[in-house]
Amino acid sequence: MDWSPIWLTLRLAAITTAILLVIGLPVAYWLSKGRSIFKIVIEAIITMPLVLPPSVLGFYLLIAFSPQHGLGLWLQQHFNIQFVFSFQGLVLASVIYSMPFMIGPIKSALQQLPISLSQASYTLGKTELQTFIKVLLPNMRASLLTAIVLTFAHTLGEFGVVLMIGGNIPNVTRVASIAIYDSVENMDYATANSYSLLLFAITFVIVIAVFVFNKRAAKSPLE
Amino acid sequence: MIVIDIEKKMRAYEGHRLLQVKAEVTSNSITRITGPSGSGKTTLLKIIAGLTYPEKGKILTNSITWLDTDAKLNLPPQKRKCGFVFQGYALFPNMTVKQHLEYATSDQEWISELLHFAKLETLIRHKPEYLSGGQQQRLGIIRALAIKPQILLMDEPFSALDVEMRQLMIPQLKVLIGKIEATCLIVTHNPQELDEIADNSIYIK
Repeated sequence: MDWSPIWLTLRLAAITTAILLVIGLPVAYWLSKGRSIFKIVIEAIITMPLVLPPSVLGFYLLIAFSPQHGLGLWLQQHFNIQFVFSFQGLVLASVIYSMPFMIGPIKSALQQLPISLSQASYTLGKTELQTFIKVLLPNMRASLLTAIVLTFAHTLGEFGVVLMIGGNIPNVTRVASIAIYDSVENMDYATANSYSLLLFAITFVIVIAVFVFNKRAAKSPLE
Repeated sequence: MIVIDIEKKMRAYEGHRLLQVKAEVTSNSITRITGPSGSGKTTLLKIIAGLTYPEKGKILTNSITWLDTDAKLNLPPQKRKCGFVFQGYALFPNMTVKQHLEYATSDQEWISELLHFAKLETLIRHKPEYLSGGQQQRLGIIRALAIKPQILLMDEPFSALDVEMRQLMIPQLKVLIGKIEATCLIVTHNPQELDEIADNSIYIK
């Protein structure tokens, strides 16, 4: 069995999760404060990948970053960056596609924390950043972990977007889900089964680990 | 001297009601704030601390303007550094008793004194969920005192304490407040409990 699709998938999921963590924390914090129309529009845009067919997103990314014209041509000419049929293209697509899985749980967790926690911290002379790092983040660890794992697991299973913008180039864009599809197309059910089992096992272990970690935090109201 | 002259629209069961307060509070004094439920006692404390904003008004402390809605001046809560004891305590679930105080100050001597005052010396490694209601309330009080505030705002600070602890703490609190030369405003539903230490009263209708 060729292991490269598995490694590529894990690499893609890890990089996407890391990027989304850096982007997601400030964006979720910003969205959790206040409810202006502008914020509602931004939140709706971030949430779109949840409801859009992945092929729609993939199609528009393919058009937008096509090196033949517009933004794609400009990026190619000025920075020699090509997002179509490349690994960086997969990362970009995954970041957009998995964004609601990172931002949603963090934003909800922030909104569920009592406002008095931040207020108490401010009266002690602490800035918003200090309060976020020392008070808010540690008190939403379970949700943060859920967001990280959801993002990672969701990226592992991407297919439509990846196929549209990345194609099926071995060692570059041929991730596990594409390899499964490819194997089935070639009637190689044994290989498809190996990849599928591996993906199943990896995601199952991750989800179990999260449930075990969050066991203490999740208390039934009937206990 | 704290000069307060504010007006704030508050949401009520049917529409809005207006909180209007005009008062002068002498420096280094203890003032109790009383009034019926929903009259805006907590809101007044939050306005002084900079945690909520009135539509109209001014707050001056020792001739420094903290709030002036006409001049669009509003000092953030971080710069006002009012000690604030929240009605629901607002303790940080991730921090132990000691960490709460160390988050507020690095003065270890002062921390020891506060722990002794609140009778929490033996519980320094406990997180709030392992403290009783009274212990949590005492932690809320000493966390607010930890920053040695110029103004100490306390919202029902003795409601969870038993009679014995209340009788022990209130006179000691007066000593501590005197030591840090703070001006103290205490919201209470039980005005009599402050008879011994209160210098003034504000009644909010």
